[in-house]
Amino acid sequence: MATILANKTSLRLRLYIAGNAPNSLLAVANLKAICDEYFATGCVVETIDLLVHPARALADSIIVTPTLVKVYPLPVQKVIGTLSDTNQVCLALGVK
Amino acid sequence: MKINSPYPVVTKVLTGVQGFDEITDGGLPQGRTTLVMGGPGCGKTVFALQSLVTGATKRKEAGIFVAFEESTRQIVANAATFGWDLPALAKKKLFFLDAQLSPDVVKAGEFDLVGMLNVLQAKAEELQAKWIVFDGIDVLLSLLDDAVSERREIYRIRDWLYQNALTGIITQKVSGIDSDHRYTFLQFMVDCVVVLRHQVVDGSAFRNLRVMKYRGSGFAADEFPITLTSEGMQLTNRGPTEFEYQVTDERISSGLPRLDSMLHGGYYRGSNVLISGAPGTAKSTLAGLFAIGACERGEPTLYVSFDEGSDQIVRNLRSVGIQLAPHLKTGTLKMYSTRTRGPNIEDQFGLLRAKVRQHRPRCLVIDPLSALSSKVEHLASADAAQHFLDFLKGEGITVVNTSLENGFATDVATATGISTIADTWIHVSYIEQDGERNRALTIVKSRGTGHSNQVRELTLSDDGVSLTDVFVAQGKVLMGVARWEWEQEEQAGTKRIQVATDLKRLQLTLSQAEAAARLQVVQTEIEARNAEIAVLVDATGSASKLLRTDRATMRKMRHADEEVRVLKPTTPNGGSHTNGGSKTNGGPKTKGGPGAIGGKGAA
Repeated sequence: MATILANKTSLRLRLYIAGNAPNSLLAVANLKAICDEYFATGCVVETIDLLVHPARALADSIIVTPTLVKVYPLPVQKVIGTLSDTNQVCLALGVK
Repeated sequence: MKINSPYPVVTKVLTGVQGFDEITDGGLPQGRTTLVMGGPGCGKTVFALQSLVTGATKRKEAGIFVAFEESTRQIVANAATFGWDLPALAKKKLFFLDAQLSPDVVKAGEFDLVGMLNVLQAKAEELQAKWIVFDGIDVLLSLLDDAVSERREIYRIRDWLYQNALTGIITQKVSGIDSDHRYTFLQFMVDCVVVLRHQVVDGSAFRNLRVMKYRGSGFAADEFPITLTSEGMQLTNRGPTEFEYQVTDERISSGLPRLDSMLHGGYYRGSNVLISGAPGTAKSTLAGLFAIGACERGEPTLYVSFDEGSDQIVRNLRSVGIQLAPHLKTGTLKMYSTRTRGPNIEDQFGLLRAKVRQHRPRCLVIDPLSALSSKVEHLASADAAQHFLDFLKGEGITVVNTSLENGFATDVATATGISTIADTWIHVSYIEQDGERNRALTIVKSRGTGHSNQVRELTLSDDGVSLTDVFVAQGKVLMGVARWEWEQEEQAGTKRIQVATDLKRLQLTLSQAEAAARLQVVQTEIEARNAEIAVLVDATGSASKLLRTDRATMRKMRHADEEVRVLKPTTPNGGSHTNGGSKTNGGPKTKGGPGAIGGKGAA
């Protein structure tokens, strides 16, 4: 579980993964790197393993893993995949 | 030694898609994966959903529906049009997963379905599901956008299905079965492939279904037309291979007595009659006659029209003395007019079937049947028509179909295959001659009944419809005015002959009279001669008498003695000469003598 504690109001993310699936592990690592680089000031990431909490997927309409959801600030934005494409991730999270 | 096959005999589960279960001899393979592929609007989702609903309602099997393409709300709404109450089923037996990826989702690297399958597994265990549908897998695959990933995820799904012993249906949108090689591996991977095709021929849409592959089972490999009816998808099988109708010898009137006699007694009950002809050849009128005849017998009748509104038909038939309105009022006659544009032919026949089930008619008119099929020479048309007519036959309904001959094809009815299954085929054509068009009616065929092979002229008037004998003269069939002229000519000829005969008779009578008159004259003459003769005889008699009288008188006057003296001077009567002519008593005693001559001369 990669949790980066910082200013609560700056950025809140949820990462849905499927246990030790390669893509999921890759996403966790990639997100950590991105947060370290671009959101050093503050970023809250909640990681949810769907193998453990399958019901969460239904509640949050998660179809594929890994899926990253930007919960705050609005609008809500979903990014799917291993997050290897840093540019796309930054764009989705609102990094200039 | 017994070998345990990894694939035991395929057990099948009914899909509830009427016809499909027949051609696959039992439905889809249980615990296996079936791929349903086809272009947009083919009915892939309906097929999958119907299988799911059938399982849930008929066998109480739970199922999961994963919707990649449409929102579950849309699917529920669409299902309602088939009478499937998904919300009610969703409470207990069915689970719908909205797996649409919204368009603003950003893709940043590879992903997989591990999480989702885990979620579904939890749900399947909870529901004890038997079925699972992945609807619109192509949407997901296109997002993966990488052949290796696509393949990997598909295999993941398949393995997951095997592990969970679920009967799976994967639907996939393809633009062309053969041209789209992108996802062909799916076809190799699954156990059963069903291909749906939406085809437009000359503006008419056809939906077809074909089983492309079915591991471990035989199947009918042909393409079959499918229909979406109010009860869901239906596959039109070619009908029962054996004919199982009840036949009857009962005859019913065609509505035209002369036509009945041409058919040696009318149509058979439960037969199908085809009336073909060019536009305006009174096909509808003949159909109307049949309908009114049925109504007058009190038989429920349904009149289906594809080219006119009901009111217009009623008005037009009134003009030839066919009054439908009273029967519409009593409900004996039901009319149903619709345009053929819109639903495809299978759907049209589906609608007709529904109407027939609703009204339960004994007699049916479809005017024109060709509206459903003449535009398109397509197997489906003939199939659909044939299947429908088979259905009617099974119900014992007598049906009169009209078929429009478009003037280009010599026989459109044959193109649709209707004519081959029609029991009685009446053809009305125009014969153009001497500047007019007349209607000629012939019976092309009539199964099981003797029928006239003669052409009849069909005439329409305010008083009604009638069939008239036509005249054949100089190798030509005469109709209309030509026939009238011919009739006039014949009448005039008869008259001429009659006049001549009369004249002859008069002449003969005259000569007879003359002869008689001549006879009269002769007789009169004879009489005259007779009279003359009589007179002559009489005169002769009188003369001699007179002579005798005169002589006697003379003798008296001259006295007998003188006579005696003259004749017989030696007569012993001595005293006679003294009495002289004053006494006659002595006279008779002396006859003859020279005195007689002298007497005669005095007379």
